[in-house]
Amino acid sequence: MRIGVITFPGSLDDVDAARAVRLAGGEPVTLWHASHDLADVDAVVLPGGFSYGDYLRAGAIAARAPLMREVVDRARQGMPVLGICNGFQVLCEAGLLPGALTRNSHLHFRNRDQRLRIERADTAWTSAYAEGQEIVVPVKNGEGRYVASPAELERLEGEGRVAVRYVGGNPNGSLRDVAGVTSEDGRVVGLMPHPEHAVEDLTGPSTDGLGFFTSVLKAVVAA
Amino acid sequence: MSAGLSDLDTGPGPLSHRLDTVALAESTSDVEQPYAELGLKSDEYARIRDILGRRPTTAELAMYSVMWSEHCSYKSSKVHLRQFGDLPRSEHLLVGIGENAGVVDVGDGYAVTFKVESHNHPSYVEPYQGAATGVGGIVRDILTMGARPVAVMDSLRFGRADAPDTARVLPGVVAGVGGYGNCLGLPNIGGELLFDECYAGNPLVNALCVGVMRHEDVRLAKAEGVGNKVVLFGARTGGDGIGGVSVLASETFDAEGPAKRPSVQVGDPFTEKLLIEACLEIFAADLVTGIQDLGGAGLSCATSELASAGTGGMHVDLDRVPLRDSTLTPAEILMSESQERMCAIVEPAKVADFLAVCEKWDVLATVIGEVTDGDRLTVDWHGERIVDVPPRTVAHEGPVYERPMARPADLDDLQADDPAALPRPETPEELTAHWLAVVASPDGADKTWVTEQYDRYVRGNTVLAQPDDAGVVRIDEQTHRGIALALDGNARFARLDPYTGAQLNLAEAYRNVAVSGARPLAVTNCLNFGSPEEPEVMWQFAEAVRGLADACRDLGLPVTGGNVSLYNQTGDVAINPTPVIGVLGVHEDVRTRVPTGWRAGGETVLLLGETRPELGGSAWASVVHGHLGGRPPAVDLGAERALGELLGALGREGLVTSAHDLADGGLAQALAESALRYGTGATLRLGDDAFTALFSESGARAVVTTTDPEAVRTTAEWAGVAVTELGTTGGDALAVEGVGELPLAELRAAWTATLPALFGAPEAAVGTVPAGTVPTS
Repeated sequence: MRIGVITFPGSLDDVDAARAVRLAGGEPVTLWHASHDLADVDAVVLPGGFSYGDYLRAGAIAARAPLMREVVDRARQGMPVLGICNGFQVLCEAGLLPGALTRNSHLHFRNRDQRLRIERADTAWTSAYAEGQEIVVPVKNGEGRYVASPAELERLEGEGRVAVRYVGGNPNGSLRDVAGVTSEDGRVVGLMPHPEHAVEDLTGPSTDGLGFFTSVLKAVVAA
Repeated sequence: MSAGLSDLDTGPGPLSHRLDTVALAESTSDVEQPYAELGLKSDEYARIRDILGRRPTTAELAMYSVMWSEHCSYKSSKVHLRQFGDLPRSEHLLVGIGENAGVVDVGDGYAVTFKVESHNHPSYVEPYQGAATGVGGIVRDILTMGARPVAVMDSLRFGRADAPDTARVLPGVVAGVGGYGNCLGLPNIGGELLFDECYAGNPLVNALCVGVMRHEDVRLAKAEGVGNKVVLFGARTGGDGIGGVSVLASETFDAEGPAKRPSVQVGDPFTEKLLIEACLEIFAADLVTGIQDLGGAGLSCATSELASAGTGGMHVDLDRVPLRDSTLTPAEILMSESQERMCAIVEPAKVADFLAVCEKWDVLATVIGEVTDGDRLTVDWHGERIVDVPPRTVAHEGPVYERPMARPADLDDLQADDPAALPRPETPEELTAHWLAVVASPDGADKTWVTEQYDRYVRGNTVLAQPDDAGVVRIDEQTHRGIALALDGNARFARLDPYTGAQLNLAEAYRNVAVSGARPLAVTNCLNFGSPEEPEVMWQFAEAVRGLADACRDLGLPVTGGNVSLYNQTGDVAINPTPVIGVLGVHEDVRTRVPTGWRAGGETVLLLGETRPELGGSAWASVVHGHLGGRPPAVDLGAERALGELLGALGREGLVTSAHDLADGGLAQALAESALRYGTGATLRLGDDAFTALFSESGARAVVTTTDPEAVRTTAEWAGVAVTELGTTGGDALAVEGVGELPLAELRAAWTATLPALFGAPEAAVGTVPAGTVPTS
């Protein structure tokens, strides 16, 4: 199972995402932003970091990178795509996910071990969890406050598009405690917290994050 | 100051609108030059004229002024620092003092380079950019050695926590350290945050970076091979940071003086991230013969150091340097400290490949010159010679001063003012009140407000980070080999006795590495002092260096490099002498690392080492009585070494479940931190003198928990370390027999409230998760 991890200039957690894929049993494939070649991957992870320095708006420039055209095309055909932190910002900027991420309400970068509730256990990236399951993974961002218009938020809630929610404290002022959302077909998921940093007891607060990466292996087989 | 330069280059006067060339300098030797404005003394200027046999050109004067600054030349400290170089050569040291950073063999073919550097003055003037570029600079030093930077640490000191100016400086510094390090993708694994009146107006911002490489990948800053190209790559050169090392870092702040903000550099971590990746790719493809980063003194430093360390000859066409500001004069280009720039020596046949890697990473790269035969560094500006100097005289043969020294006149009185005479708590209630006061003091309080702004997870190899005593990073996922690092600098001890204080700081960092289970291997340091022109400051400096060198010899640890920051004073008030010491250790297997917190009840709490009634310079005396006096705790390096070996053995054998070093705040602080980490209390017996047990700051001590106390006792006996049983973990309070109970909830509330109350608690609006209370499912 080949899971691509895209490196943009300024990507930082690409090595972590690749490790998580490997520990989950997949084959991580390094992808370069400037190429048009998705290298026959079965799914793609957009990792955390500060692509293009987050200049203009976080994720805005990366969303227009050459490889993102292929990602958007394949995602519309059902290829699973996971955006973590900066990757989530890229997916919103690329129009694959609704809403936007803005400066944290308290204006600080914040890194903490965060409790989350899995609201949707039937997406390509969350099927290893049970609906309502609570997990702990790190969150770390300066621009992680999820926003959308009241009408859009209502629609997303109605459609069950909130995939992951903050519990036990909202680290950045996200509306409705939204930590992550999914596309209508459940194949594209974006979240601000970092499941790839919770895949080993030695280095993470838990191994709760591994489920995102084992989920997609099943999703790809099923597809 | 740059006005003085442009006068000569383009302004009115005898040289009006003429480029100040070597030829012109030869024919106009009586022109008055603004050397004093550039920070040079008259005898130094005379020596430059002597070396050149004529007056320097404006560009040459600029180069000498920055390279002969205190910051770059170490002219006041050099005679003392030689003691570090004279230490017995360690088998673990691959590259010693003198390069950008020392390199240590950590086994399995891995080499580690680490260094701590100050960015004190810029951080006071412009906190965010000053701190950010401090991180950027030390990261480039590590990169220059051929290593991938893998982690950073920061050691921060500010004036009184409740002083208005601290509220201006601290948030900016923290945001700057975080903003730059986070954007580079380097985990911040620890450091210090301390407050003292003496740092008002002179905050200390010391940043450490550690990098990892294979032995064969070590790179040196040398320009060799006639005909090899000099390539400048990274950011364009702008007008920022001109004179940063000379007029900013090497002079005392003066309340009446002109604004120095233009001397502070501005950072762009995104460019630096690209520079890191490009450099590592360039190293892997073996495309450089020598490399140097551009930090303090910019191009002046990089070109003269590369040439001086190599065969000696180099030519640069300065007009090829890509500029952000086309109005910069040649002298300004040579002095600019614009960030995110590197200089490489590349064989002609490899230049195309080198440029291709840079292009892939969107890094601007320009051939600006070449290595020449001969022993001159020459610089041309549009075909006219503006610099022609022997590079060694710029880079390595600057002035050396044996500054006068005098033991501070107040030291006898200070040492005689023994805290033993201070009123002690008389009732159990008072004792617990003092305990709470120490733990909740700004120095003792929870540092989450700061550390939450730092990414500690990126790269996925952080095994321990703050608030653990040492940062531990895995360097090999297959073998689980890793490293541990700690930074410590108790300035109260150093104020009372700089020789002993420096040794105590080394001992503390050594212990902090040892409690994690690592074997200490090497030492770095950042020596922050007042003005070397004050004999009393110079005495403090000399004593601290002597103490540190003696202690390193005793512990068998090499000093791999370091940094000196002088002129940390405003007017005639110097900071307390602040030698910040970093110790690097190695873990054969990071899976055996020992954390500081108590996770489970029913475990035995043991104190390792001996407690003496030592309160001089203690946190208790400072917090409760505002007192600094007496003698610092005695140093016993034999006991430190025995404790270190014991902790290593206990860790490797898996005999302890936690270990915490005893330092500032003594046992009181260590017990509180161990208990609060995971919310596990303890029932304790502290003997007849609970006060001394809690607040003494005797060295060579640690508190550990174990499920097998007999095995720990046996091992400790073998190591020659005293063991005292303190009690058993469990419950939700620190319950001390004969003293009373300190509920963890109360302790946590006090401990966590301090910094948010001082620097803002925005999380209150959106709910908060207290440190250590997140359940790990």
